[in-house]
Amino acid sequence: MEKPSIPILKSGDCLITSPQVALHDKLAVQFKNDILQRIVETKAKGLVLDVSAIDVVDSFLVRQIGEIAAASSIMGGHVVVVGLRPEVAMALVEMGFSLEGVHTAVNLEKGLEVLHKIWRR
Amino acid sequence: MEQKMIETLEIKNEADIIRARVRAKTIAEALGFNYMDQTRIATAVSELTRNAYQYAGEGKMTINPLNKQGRRGIEIIVEDHGPGIENIELVLKGGHSTGGGLGMGLSGSKKLMDEFDVRTRSDEGTTVTVRKWL
Repeated sequence: MEKPSIPILKSGDCLITSPQVALHDKLAVQFKNDILQRIVETKAKGLVLDVSAIDVVDSFLVRQIGEIAAASSIMGGHVVVVGLRPEVAMALVEMGFSLEGVHTAVNLEKGLEVLHKIWRR
Repeated sequence: MEQKMIETLEIKNEADIIRARVRAKTIAEALGFNYMDQTRIATAVSELTRNAYQYAGEGKMTINPLNKQGRRGIEIIVEDHGPGIENIELVLKGGHSTGGGLGMGLSGSKKLMDEFDVRTRSDEGTTVTVRKWL
């Protein structure tokens, strides 16, 4: 209860979260669990994950994001990653990782547009 | 000036992984690496120190600024006294298929850096050396 957590906000059918601290492994896993729990609680159809404050994304974090995407997909939701820094995207590509199962957009506004387009399909 | 930048950091817990990559990024920036390379270096450090922590429970990272005949760069050594890596050739090749982070982190680091060397023995542990040049 006392552990600092990353705020997950709700706006309509959508959850929005923007980690501002470095995600060490335990925190990343806790964050993932918090998100999934919130999706279940709110029946959110979408999640916007803003990573603009994250300057290093390594394989562990990629895995957590992938698991969030897979689990939310099973629950009928979509995940949009926004604010991915170009140098982070480059490093991921060079390592051979892809953020599978997630949509991406340049910022929160565009991310919400992506979700609304998906929902209208 | 550069002598002061030789750094050694013990990896004893998860927070040290973050500490290590922040330190590597800071030094890389001070040496003149651009954002892209700083991120590559920090990401490689994150992968290697995590491997050490996860598979050996401990590790040590050393950062050495390099200056070879006017060519400047950074060298990072991550060593542990863990169980060593079996089938290192296989691990490096099939980074994606080996279940778990070890292979991905190792092969990922190799792709991000200019030079990569790994020495591993089941009775001694593992030492990974990576270098990037300006």
